[in-house]
Amino acid sequence: MRRLWIGLTTLVFALLLVTPLARIAIGAWDDGWSGFWDGLTRPEARHALWMTFLVVVVVTAVNALFGVMMAMYLVRAGWLGKRLKQLLNSIVDLPFAVSPVIGGLMIVLLLGPDTVIGSLLDPLGVKVVYAFPGMVIATLFVTFPLIVREVMPVLQEIGSQQEEAAATLGAYAWTTFWRVTWPSIRWSVIYGVVLTVARAIGEFGAVLVVSGNIMGKTQTATNLVYQDVENFNLTAANAVALVLAASSILLLLFMEWAKSRKERQA
Amino acid sequence: MTHVLQSRWWSWGFRSAVMLYFLVLIVLPIAGVYGQSLSGSWAGLRDTLTEPLAWKAVVLTIKLALIATAINALLGTMAAWTLVRYRFPGRSLLNSLVDLPFALPTAVAGLMILLLLGPRSPVGQWAESLGFTILFHQPAIVVAMVFVTFPFVIRAVQPLLEELDRAEEEASYTLGASRAKTFFRVILPSMVPGIASGSMLAFSRALAEFGAVVLVAGNIPGRTMVASVYIYGEIESGNPAGATIVSVLLLTLSFAILWTVNHVQMRRNAG
Amino acid sequence: MNVEVRNLHKTFGTFQAVRDVSFTIEQGQLIGLLGPSGGGKTSILRMLAGLETPDSGDILFQGARVNDLPPQERGIGFVFQNYALFKHMTVEGNIAFGLEVKKWPKARMKERVAELLELTGLKGFEKRYPHQLSGGQRQRVAFARALAPEPRLLLLDEPFAAIDAKIRQELRNWLREMIDRLGITSIFVTHDQDEAIEVADEIMIINQGRVEQKGTPWDIYRNPETPFVAEFIGESTFVEDVGQLRGFGDGGLRSGTKALIRPEYVEIGRESDFPLLSATEKGTIRRLQFRGSEWLVEVEIGSVKLVTYRSLEKEVFQPGEEVRVLVHRAYLFNDSDCWIMENRLKEDPMPVFI
Repeated sequence: MRRLWIGLTTLVFALLLVTPLARIAIGAWDDGWSGFWDGLTRPEARHALWMTFLVVVVVTAVNALFGVMMAMYLVRAGWLGKRLKQLLNSIVDLPFAVSPVIGGLMIVLLLGPDTVIGSLLDPLGVKVVYAFPGMVIATLFVTFPLIVREVMPVLQEIGSQQEEAAATLGAYAWTTFWRVTWPSIRWSVIYGVVLTVARAIGEFGAVLVVSGNIMGKTQTATNLVYQDVENFNLTAANAVALVLAASSILLLLFMEWAKSRKERQA
Repeated sequence: MTHVLQSRWWSWGFRSAVMLYFLVLIVLPIAGVYGQSLSGSWAGLRDTLTEPLAWKAVVLTIKLALIATAINALLGTMAAWTLVRYRFPGRSLLNSLVDLPFALPTAVAGLMILLLLGPRSPVGQWAESLGFTILFHQPAIVVAMVFVTFPFVIRAVQPLLEELDRAEEEASYTLGASRAKTFFRVILPSMVPGIASGSMLAFSRALAEFGAVVLVAGNIPGRTMVASVYIYGEIESGNPAGATIVSVLLLTLSFAILWTVNHVQMRRNAG
Repeated sequence: MNVEVRNLHKTFGTFQAVRDVSFTIEQGQLIGLLGPSGGGKTSILRMLAGLETPDSGDILFQGARVNDLPPQERGIGFVFQNYALFKHMTVEGNIAFGLEVKKWPKARMKERVAELLELTGLKGFEKRYPHQLSGGQRQRVAFARALAPEPRLLLLDEPFAAIDAKIRQELRNWLREMIDRLGITSIFVTHDQDEAIEVADEIMIINQGRVEQKGTPWDIYRNPETPFVAEFIGESTFVEDVGQLRGFGDGGLRSGTKALIRPEYVEIGRESDFPLLSATEKGTIRRLQFRGSEWLVEVEIGSVKLVTYRSLEKEVFQPGEEVRVLVHRAYLFNDSDCWIMENRLKEDPMPVFI
């Protein structure tokens, strides 16, 4: 019995997860090393990877800050009523349920050039949609719940007593957060950050809609892969995809490491 | 005294900033899309809702997502069981691999499936010999959905299995139940909430999936075009109104699922 | 520091936790807040600390109103029921925390920490982490931490609730001694009577958000002011109609007067045990229960069941045996009044003057 299940499971994993990865690695070398290198170093590829990098850095920084604060408020804030907290809590999860394309659509509807806000910003020279800001906003939307959801359960579990003790000993909000709360949530935040980075790198649909996918201007790495496939330029697509896959594996390793540190702390 | 004032201003600043951020980033866009869908003319609304291609896309998406979810429910339960109950070399490797679909960009996943199941690959040729094509047909969509939602059921069932007190099983044995009976009457029931919630999350995700699907589906309207691709198509062809209305449909469905999952989990925690 | 509380009110949602509570505590006193769970005592303590805000009422430290001061500025030390030690800091780190926050010079901090380690008997444990300590040790760290910044008021929330019974006794004595030595005004919350009686200078009985009585343990025990207090302290038996008992029944007692009778006020024995036999009446032993250090005896007089303790040294009775019972005094109450009544027959009706 045992052997059967272990064997079957390993087979499923091998077929579903491992083989596809291996295929990308092989595909990238279809035209040999030069094919791979060319695919990776062409200007649009370099730009796309750079775009992805920028978006990820900004999004991770912003959502880490706001995500942790949101988690703190949802769990600890006395100034938010219980009903309101429950409502906010359920709204936090919404981006998970939204299809990325719809996410992109929402940003375009709200901030596009023919909308109220868009037409205000346009003459100022600030382009949101079909430009970097729009891409960032779309990715912020999609990754928002990740860190919040990682931090909230930990905050609930550790309870507020240590923080109250710090208050009675004279520590104000910042000191208490930094010296008492942060050490307890540190690894959950890190895990959330890794998840956010992975998700931001992988973001495809929302950014595709919002950025207009202008090659060399607003194209991210994932969008470039899409374009390459549509143009039957498979080797090039593989090259970029391999870089992305490699980062994913690295991130996966980070994820597992952070997860184990997080669990060890509990 | 200044200390207090200082910290009060800072608190106020932070609170407003975070709440504003939340409002503008999450609440406003979602409200916006609903508002937009209802702001057009009734005729426009009716036209879009009755557009056959739109309907076909939605129905197709639901059908394929259900299939993918069913597959994942089975595979996921089996995998969760194996990973929790058995010790074997490579177990922690497999356990880490479960998260791979979460870490991998969906476009890359699509590419992988494209390469693996294309008409010139071994698998593609085997399928052709059996008389059906995978790539650019519905099976490819299901494969993409299964890949992308693979972790959901596993990660939902694992903690439940880990929590299960061995003593419950042992009690069942001492009362004379066989292994099979114990599995079905004692163990499986405790796994069911995880299978259910994991499946619902997987279904919701499968409905929404775009990246992996768009690369492998072929996207033939009415045949292999899923809802998210249809929406994309409408946006690109300058019909945001149509896109919005179908989006609202999809959103409402996803929100309903999400709400159900939360509701059930709350009940479970309270009870 | 003297603490005064006036007309404190606190409601949580629809639940009224604290109703119109007022009291004064003098400098250097050790006060116990005693009462059943959910009675409001912890709420009062937390309001004194600034961890909760009262809906109305004033809290004054040394005559100055502190309602608007946050906990950081009240100069209090707070010891939590579950210690609330900073898990990722060493014992030293925990104790020094309050001093670091107040930016004490390093040398002075080291000295103070050493002083407290000595005081709490934790020398040698400085570098340990909370998870490496026993429950009793953790609680001592919590004390040391609370005392380090030289607070003017020490607040303790059920400090021994999470500790093993044996260690609890030791810690109680240790706490009492320490607070006496330091002379710091202290208030602690407990639901354990013995603890309150042993440790506190004065006790406040809190029930349903109100102060039922404030006084020394002896006072409260001897002269309970309300039926609740009478019943709460010690183990009383409730008697529906006290008039049935000898020495308590005669004209003058309104019908419907109930009584609470403490076991220690009930004496049983053979006829030869009692000098004043006329004050006793016949009773039947119903049940005996061994309690480790004495017997618990249930004795029935007519329709009234009473409970008393009997020393292991004395003759052991058997269920069904007839004995003589003397009720020394009872705590009586009806709708309007409550008072303590001595058994009228205890006074020799025929004093003989030689």
